[in-house]
Amino acid sequence: MSAIVSRLVQALMVAILIGTATFVMMRSLPGDAAWRIAAGRYGYDNVDAAAADAVRAELGLDGPAHMALLQWLGDLVRLDFGNSLVTGQPVVDEIAHQLGASASLALVAVLLSLVIGPPLGILAGLRPGGRLDRALLVTSTGIKAVPQFLVALVLIVILAVQLRWLPAAGHGAARHFILPSLTLALGLAAVNARIARDAMARIADMPFWRFAQWKGLSERQTLLRHGLRNVSVPLITYLGLQFVTLVEGVIIVESVFGWPGIGHALVHAIFSRDVPMVQGTALVLGLGFVLVNAAIDLAIRHLDPRTAA
Amino acid sequence: MSVLDLSAAPQPPLSATRRVGVVLIALVAALSLLGPLIVQGDPYAQSLMKALAGPDAAAPLGYDHLGRSVFHRLAYALRLSPVIALAAVMTAGAAGLALGTLSAAKGGWIDRCLVMLADALLALPGLLLILMVLAMVPGTALGFWAGLSLVLWVEFFRLTRAATRETLASPAVQASRLLGFGAAYVFRVHIWPEIAPMMLTAAAFGTATAIMAIAALGFVHVGMRAPTPELGLMMVELLPYWREAPLALLAPVLATFALLLGLTLLAGSRKT
Repeated sequence: MSAIVSRLVQALMVAILIGTATFVMMRSLPGDAAWRIAAGRYGYDNVDAAAADAVRAELGLDGPAHMALLQWLGDLVRLDFGNSLVTGQPVVDEIAHQLGASASLALVAVLLSLVIGPPLGILAGLRPGGRLDRALLVTSTGIKAVPQFLVALVLIVILAVQLRWLPAAGHGAARHFILPSLTLALGLAAVNARIARDAMARIADMPFWRFAQWKGLSERQTLLRHGLRNVSVPLITYLGLQFVTLVEGVIIVESVFGWPGIGHALVHAIFSRDVPMVQGTALVLGLGFVLVNAAIDLAIRHLDPRTAA
Repeated sequence: MSVLDLSAAPQPPLSATRRVGVVLIALVAALSLLGPLIVQGDPYAQSLMKALAGPDAAAPLGYDHLGRSVFHRLAYALRLSPVIALAAVMTAGAAGLALGTLSAAKGGWIDRCLVMLADALLALPGLLLILMVLAMVPGTALGFWAGLSLVLWVEFFRLTRAATRETLASPAVQASRLLGFGAAYVFRVHIWPEIAPMMLTAAAFGTATAIMAIAALGFVHVGMRAPTPELGLMMVELLPYWREAPLALLAPVLATFALLLGLTLLAGSRKT
């Protein structure tokens, strides 16, 4: 119960923080926001003072600050995110449109990382210090030291440009998923594998594990009956914390591969100072983290009832 | 007992992997600091006649698409990001240390508010915060410093707070307090020796994160602006020409990898 309350408090803080930050951003942007927004709407060659004034009047860009902040946060409480300053469409519609593309990419990446990482980690953890364990340690340390955009670059150069097996960028067909999701999955799997390996090594060293084998279970049976559930607890906990890494990866990977998702939209919104879009996307990402971790709290409680006590 | 500990100044022994990390960082630092002294050159000087040409005496790593020496651009790029990263880590470390100690020592509302703030920041992707700060602060380098400090202090805060709470509850601190020693003494003798080894790990991770973030945003054209020599920017500029000048692209890639691997190895295991 207290876990849910603390997650609610966290969600509230996230909303206030983003609301205030985007408001300050709106107010303190260097340069004239009206000109920027007008340029975003009509193109850089078609902007003049009249267009900028029209935008300023329409959006109420000049007025007292403290009232505006209260109004700004009030809009937030009523879940009114306003319209995008660039396209004029409601922010909610824009985000709903982009969230699907990002969520599907992130989901494929997480599943792919779970296929790659934990099985290798479990095999390595069953034989600590073995050949696989040492190879995995070197590989995962190496991958962790490579920024995701560099993984993307290497994959593009080898698989798309040199071998011409896969498209370097684009969105739509299933084959477009492979490179971006593989980029994300490799980074996640490098960490997943280590977590699974450490958990497996710890569990395989416990008395109950030796007892299970002593009473005649094969290694496979011991693993399926007694191992997997125990390994899954730290793995799932860590998955929640990795959500932030995943989102950061999504921001970069979407920009590199031209994926029409929320990360790509966020970068563009910040670039063109589309503050309502920045606020909307940031809120979705921040509250998404809280939501995912609240779900994970509940899942952990189900998997490991000891934590509820 | 604790007084003796201080005089002995417990220095964590450097493991083999950490030593490899130090060597890697030292190699990259030598390239960036000494390289331009040995081979003189200008990272901004263009010569389109030499565009994408191979290495020669004036440019040991060849030329980029505008005929600028890749060697000198790389050397300057390898100064820029680490300097910003170190400045941000120091600011974040100082802020995290001060606020974490304050939070653990005072408790109550101060503690609750700081923890709520840290939890909220933890829910936001670092790159998002950095991008927002970059949009607010004039000057890209200054924006990176401010944004990275804002992202990185949370880790220092959490580590310091947890360790300090534990230490403050220990019998040793109670004894010190009963003997009449003040807060500064307790911090110096009891708390700092507990935190110091963790700080190295957190600082190395933080520096690696910061360098990665600067390079990643440069790579997607929202960080440092051309013609500044910056690691991510160099890579994305040279990517289209990698067939003609593979060495020019490989040089920043390998240097970044070596630097980040060095920092990761220096950080060691998160558990220490």
